[in-house]
Amino acid sequence: MSEQHDLTAHVGLRGVTKVFRGADGAPSVHALGPIDLDLRRGEFFAVVGPSGCGKSTLLEVLAGLSQVSEGNVLIEGKPVGGDIMDGVGVVFQEDACLPWLTVYDNIAFGLMQTDTSRAEIATRVESALTMTGLSGFAGSYPAQLSGGMRQRVCIARTLVLQPRLILLDEPFGALDQQTRLLMGEELLRLWRATGATIFLITHALDEAAMLADRIGIMSARPGRLLEILETGWSRDRDSRLVETAEFGAVTARLWQVLRGESMKSINRDGARA
Amino acid sequence: MSRIGLFRTLVIVGLVGLIEVLCRTGVIDNFTMPPPSRIAKDLQHIVVTGKFNAAIAKTLSSAAIAFAAAVVAGIVAGVLFHSTPRLRRALDPIFATYYAIPVLAFYPLLIIIFGLGDVPKIIIAFMLGVVAVILNTLNGLDRVPPVLAKTARVARLGRVGTALKVTLPSAAPYVLTGVKFAVAYALIGIIGSEFVMSTDGVGFEIAFAYNNFDNATMYPLILLVMIVSIAVNLVLTFWEKRLLIRRGLR
Repeated sequence: MSEQHDLTAHVGLRGVTKVFRGADGAPSVHALGPIDLDLRRGEFFAVVGPSGCGKSTLLEVLAGLSQVSEGNVLIEGKPVGGDIMDGVGVVFQEDACLPWLTVYDNIAFGLMQTDTSRAEIATRVESALTMTGLSGFAGSYPAQLSGGMRQRVCIARTLVLQPRLILLDEPFGALDQQTRLLMGEELLRLWRATGATIFLITHALDEAAMLADRIGIMSARPGRLLEILETGWSRDRDSRLVETAEFGAVTARLWQVLRGESMKSINRDGARA
Repeated sequence: MSRIGLFRTLVIVGLVGLIEVLCRTGVIDNFTMPPPSRIAKDLQHIVVTGKFNAAIAKTLSSAAIAFAAAVVAGIVAGVLFHSTPRLRRALDPIFATYYAIPVLAFYPLLIIIFGLGDVPKIIIAFMLGVVAVILNTLNGLDRVPPVLAKTARVARLGRVGTALKVTLPSAAPYVLTGVKFAVAYALIGIIGSEFVMSTDGVGFEIAFAYNNFDNATMYPLILLVMIVSIAVNLVLTFWEKRLLIRRGLR
């Protein structure tokens, strides 16, 4: 199997499987896999799938926040263990701002845990503040910001670490549709500016269709990759893409594959309820 | 001042005024209780003459030691118990019934072990305060959003770093509630112990004045204890308010 994989890939997943062992006699849950996937350096890859299919588990495995049951994950050729690897940044769906710190200190938080000099931290934070449009809010506390701005703080906190791989777990899930489109544009701009590889988990088909170079479509649990769809967009795309017929065709294809899987997922959840 | 603050002040002033009137008109005889204005003058005299400075210093320093020990040990134990659920489950019944045990009952035992010095008093005050800090720290840590723990892992913080830089700051409003309890319990423990059996401290002086019908000393010292306790709590409440406002929780 391995000879089919791209050896120059930024990230490689080989037979990745995750089974949650039941505690105190509860049955085990086969959440994920097996999954084989290569991410190209600098690409924007999105994953869509029905609720509960293991999308977030896949991201946690990639991040090193959760260990695989079988298979392995390679980032830049090195196996991912139980720790976050160098050059990897993660943005979560939930508000991960530290409410007792100012925007500036929130963004600097990860860097402060490294040996980076104070001057370098200041330079990088100022740059991230500018990139994410938060320049006027350095001294504000998260409670004084909107949900979209708080998510930008979290993105900025990841950007200052200058990651080569950015993992995003439904980062705009809590935002309204218009804000999500605009945040998507910002994300594309940051992606172009940093040259990082982006791995995005989302439940929103239009978001995946607009942002990604390739979209992995997952099955109902246990999550497997059913299809990988190439969008064929240019790098300098923006939210006006949603007006095009090609965009409609991509989202239609996503739903064509996903509809049956979503029905399976809903029926299973319904039967359990 | 806010309307509620004004109302609160009016209630206190009204109550003190009522007691003043009752004392001045003889409804409460002066042998039982002098008028509040007299108590205030007596307290001023005590402060100016410095007659009880040594006792005040002894009580406050003992309370400060007990308070600091209860806060540090309570927070460390809270973090430890939170990270070891089995240990926590084993200790839960003890925590649940802890305040049903009259800690002062251990005072004679502690005097036998440590002698009639500061140590037994400090241990009593510590024992009273530490569990309140543990319980409130646990309560706060239970409420830390899981995503913040993940954020700490992404920042590659170890267990100590995570506790100091993420989980404890997140739990701070609850920890602070425990700290406020610890202040109160430290004063109760020290002054209560001094009151029961001691040779110095404000509690001893209050008991001594009580036994000698010395209202000019007893009431001002009680007022002094109340002022210290309220002042410390006001500072902590102010700090708590700022903390909650900053987090958008008030």
